[in-house]
Amino acid sequence: MSAVAAPPREIEGTGYEAVIGLEVHAQLLTRSKMFCACSTAYFEAPPNSNTCPVCLGLPGTLPVMNREAVEKTVLTALALNCEIPPFTKFDRKNYFYPDLPKGYQISQYDLPLSRNGLLAFGVDGREVRCGVTRVHLEEDTGTLKHAGDLIHEAQSSLVDLNRAGVPLMEIVGEPDLRTADEAREYVVRLRQVLMYIGVNDGSMERGSLRCDANVSLRRVGASEYGTKVEIKNMNSFRAVHRALEYEITRQLEVLRSGGTLVQETRGWIETEGRTVSQRSKEQAHDYRYFPEPDLPPLQLDRAYVERVRALLPELPDARQRRFESQYGLSAYDAAQLTTSREESDAYEALVGAGVSAKVAANWITGDVARLANAQHVPVHRSGLGVSGLAALLRMVEAGTINGTTAKELLDELYVSGGDPEALVGERGLGQVSDESALAAIVDEVIAANARAVADFQGGKEQALGSLVGQVMKATRGRADAKLVNKLLRERIGG
Amino acid sequence: MARSFVGRTIADMAQALRAGETSAVDLLRDAIAHRDRVDGRINAFLARTDDLAMTQARAADERLAIEGAGAPALCGIPVALKDVLVLDGVATTASSKIIEGFLPPYTGTAVQRLLDQGAVVVGKTNCDEFAMGSSNENSAYGPVGNPWDVERVPGGSSGGSAAAVAAGVVPYSLGSDTGGSIRQPAALTGTVGFKPTYGRVSRYGLIAFASSLDQIGPFTHTVEDAALVYDAIAGHDPLDSTSSPTAMESPLDQLRHGVEGMRLGVPREYFVDGLEPGVRARVEEAIEVLRGLGASVEEVSLPSTDAGLATYYIIAPAECSSNLARFDGVRFGMHVDAASLLRSYLATRGAGFGPEVKRRIMLGTYALSSGYYDAYYRKAQKVRTVIAAEFESVFEKVDALVCPTSPTVAFTQGAREDPLAMYLCDVLTIPVNLAGLPGISVPCGLSDGLPVGLQVIGPRFQDARVLRVAHAYEQASGAAALRSPLVAEAVA
Amino acid sequence: MTLSRDDVAHVALLARLGLSAEELEQYQHQLDAILDAIGKLNEVDTSAVAETAQVGGLVNVWRDDEPRPSIGTERALANAPERDGPYFRVAAIQE
Repeated sequence: MSAVAAPPREIEGTGYEAVIGLEVHAQLLTRSKMFCACSTAYFEAPPNSNTCPVCLGLPGTLPVMNREAVEKTVLTALALNCEIPPFTKFDRKNYFYPDLPKGYQISQYDLPLSRNGLLAFGVDGREVRCGVTRVHLEEDTGTLKHAGDLIHEAQSSLVDLNRAGVPLMEIVGEPDLRTADEAREYVVRLRQVLMYIGVNDGSMERGSLRCDANVSLRRVGASEYGTKVEIKNMNSFRAVHRALEYEITRQLEVLRSGGTLVQETRGWIETEGRTVSQRSKEQAHDYRYFPEPDLPPLQLDRAYVERVRALLPELPDARQRRFESQYGLSAYDAAQLTTSREESDAYEALVGAGVSAKVAANWITGDVARLANAQHVPVHRSGLGVSGLAALLRMVEAGTINGTTAKELLDELYVSGGDPEALVGERGLGQVSDESALAAIVDEVIAANARAVADFQGGKEQALGSLVGQVMKATRGRADAKLVNKLLRERIGG
Repeated sequence: MARSFVGRTIADMAQALRAGETSAVDLLRDAIAHRDRVDGRINAFLARTDDLAMTQARAADERLAIEGAGAPALCGIPVALKDVLVLDGVATTASSKIIEGFLPPYTGTAVQRLLDQGAVVVGKTNCDEFAMGSSNENSAYGPVGNPWDVERVPGGSSGGSAAAVAAGVVPYSLGSDTGGSIRQPAALTGTVGFKPTYGRVSRYGLIAFASSLDQIGPFTHTVEDAALVYDAIAGHDPLDSTSSPTAMESPLDQLRHGVEGMRLGVPREYFVDGLEPGVRARVEEAIEVLRGLGASVEEVSLPSTDAGLATYYIIAPAECSSNLARFDGVRFGMHVDAASLLRSYLATRGAGFGPEVKRRIMLGTYALSSGYYDAYYRKAQKVRTVIAAEFESVFEKVDALVCPTSPTVAFTQGAREDPLAMYLCDVLTIPVNLAGLPGISVPCGLSDGLPVGLQVIGPRFQDARVLRVAHAYEQASGAAALRSPLVAEAVA
Repeated sequence: MTLSRDDVAHVALLARLGLSAEELEQYQHQLDAILDAIGKLNEVDTSAVAETAQVGGLVNVWRDDEPRPSIGTERALANAPERDGPYFRVAAIQE
């Protein structure tokens, strides 16, 4: 039962509310596997090439715990406000499946690494507080390929054990979520936290971050839970949202038509936009958990926990609030800038290098973001780099170059890199702000564009734009646009 | 013709090698010839690694030529390995059909430590399937005959390893002990069998039966030889998380210090009703020898001894039911084709495992299953605490315990078909595994022409003390001279 | 009889042991007798006692996060009873 007690939230006009709990599995960014020294860089490795006797489950082998995996799990638990009990152990979860080489998974059952945490976030302008039941540590399984892709049609299946043994965190959320929007946002925010603290790479497409949901409906105000359905195979934020919306609707229809819901597991089929039952004959698994005899338990004392806590970086929420107050940014801008740790680090580096907060914010969320997406390279890893960008933006603020020139240089140098200051000098790209020089050009343009002048004086504001354009053209884009505007207005009125 | 070393000790052979009286190659030829002479009757060997051994023997001779007396004690000495010990590239079966043909791609730590010393591996030995049994009658490759009387069992589960030494094929072998599987066969075959403190010898490379109980240990003719082997294989291993990091003292340091002034305890519960009169007599005589050497002897009590068997037969099957789940026909071993995966699992495991293994898997699965876990597994783990605590409290009063190893001498094959009757063989050895203590069986004479074993038990990490007490007894009693009739058959 | 035939069949399925009807009956009798003998456990007072899951008393045994070379696909598959190129092959899973 959650200690958080989410307020009831009726599905409009139905008398029911949805109760959603999410279970997220996140692979840890360690260099070696959980219980052996094989590399975790399994994703594109040839099948079964990333294995050893231990993760193959060969007879006579034994597990040895990865210290870093424990630390990263504790770090995650602390980031999610969990308690870390002084004693924790591993247990064997016994079942037969071809992607489980030992015939059991080393996991945690009754004494997990952490419990009783919280993830708070905003949805539609209100705060949602979702409890975190527990965060525990276990090993991942291998992967199966089914001839023909659909497991119930395949004549045979192919087993690849590259992924077997990769460290995996299981984050179980309390059933405190009430809408598909909330569920989606929970996953977005949880992923953000995990990436901020550097424990997971956030890839739902590659399967390093996986999400299952438990959904049930009950009458608003009821304290008991309705029949719970587990939803699997949601591989993106959008899938989480669509699948839950579909499932809530499906359950509502069953209940309203007087039917009964079956407790079952259903898989989301993205291409068809629906969930289908995965009922199998052995629905109730008896995992026969018992303490793992090959691994001594863990005693994590206060000193250890505090040492790990000191490794926590500033978390997204705190960073967003600090950006608002420290840099005078709007909540919206601050949220944009703190979406990823790297981007927010880049932003702070820019401000630290002398760029004003507002200018840095505009460029980072504007043109830099555009380029980063197009090139699939964030600015801190781009050829130009944060220092190059800082140099560029300092020139803009000093009036050395104008915005257009800066944009052009940014486009040119983003991937290949280069020295913006040197280039400006070499190519004579400096902004023309000499009033007398500009005045002469303005006069020429006025003389050559009598029609546009007349239009402007007759009330067409836009006509000024074409005159500014002409001056820009004459200066090969280097005129100080503000000054041009001022000079034009001085001469032709308005 | 070089004289035969069949039935000689490691110490003897090592000295002869250094004195130039023999070579590793000759010792190997001797061993192979004797093996081929007797194994038709005792069936102790599964894989024979003659080519590998010859390579190892030649290398050992080269090393001895260079290092001389400085070469490691086990350099050039032939050895046999219980077939639950993994050796790279050599067929390992665990005496089961289910991993017939399995070629491990790695070598276990204890075995590697022997190889690093220049050991010469003559073969893998027969045992009870997956180390489950007390008579070596549960092997998929036929029973093992006791070299003292081939119609009788050598004990189990390490029957083949015990017989290989008792027959004089090799001066030492490695076995494994989970509930007595080294000590009990040692008693029945008139050899020394030592089970170290749990955690002293790495289990990496030992096909797991019961993870919290298994330990690897040697069979030898003498206690000194056992100490030599223990020295070579014991010590922390980063590949085994249950391996103890506690600093090790070599037992050779105090081996000859005798027992004068030591306090020895005789646990009254170990002199059970089922103890054969001849066994009782030999053990009581042995205790008198120790008293004569200056040790004080007093009766002590371990009240929960009786519950040891029940405790063991929940914990060991529970752990093994999980450890043996990996034998599914997917990555190695036997595979029975079927229309579906489920049927394939059922058919493969149904055909591949023998009856005793199946019994224990089912018992263990039941004890762990939903609704029964508390009554069986959890309860057993609590009784285990009680048993261990009783030993601890007794060891505050005495330095070591002395008692029989096995309630009987070797019985005839087929004499104990009822599983429960077979389980009773281990009633005196099981509690030692439950508490993780070091224990040894040393020959203490014959009863009706069959060997009897004296068991010495010590507190955790007092392996050296256990060997010392056993050595003192052995030297004073002349028990070290005992050899089976098969040894005499070797032609000098 | 503590153990019914259904109990044994259920346990055999959980453990993936294919047994004939004859074997089921045989094991039922044997296991029942063993469980009976195991009842001795209840004679020991364990009210004040904790379980021993590990006799060694060790805690916090772990290794540094250093990757080492793997054994490679061929060695991994060397003992495979059924393979398809670099994969282990299994029969239809039929969920």
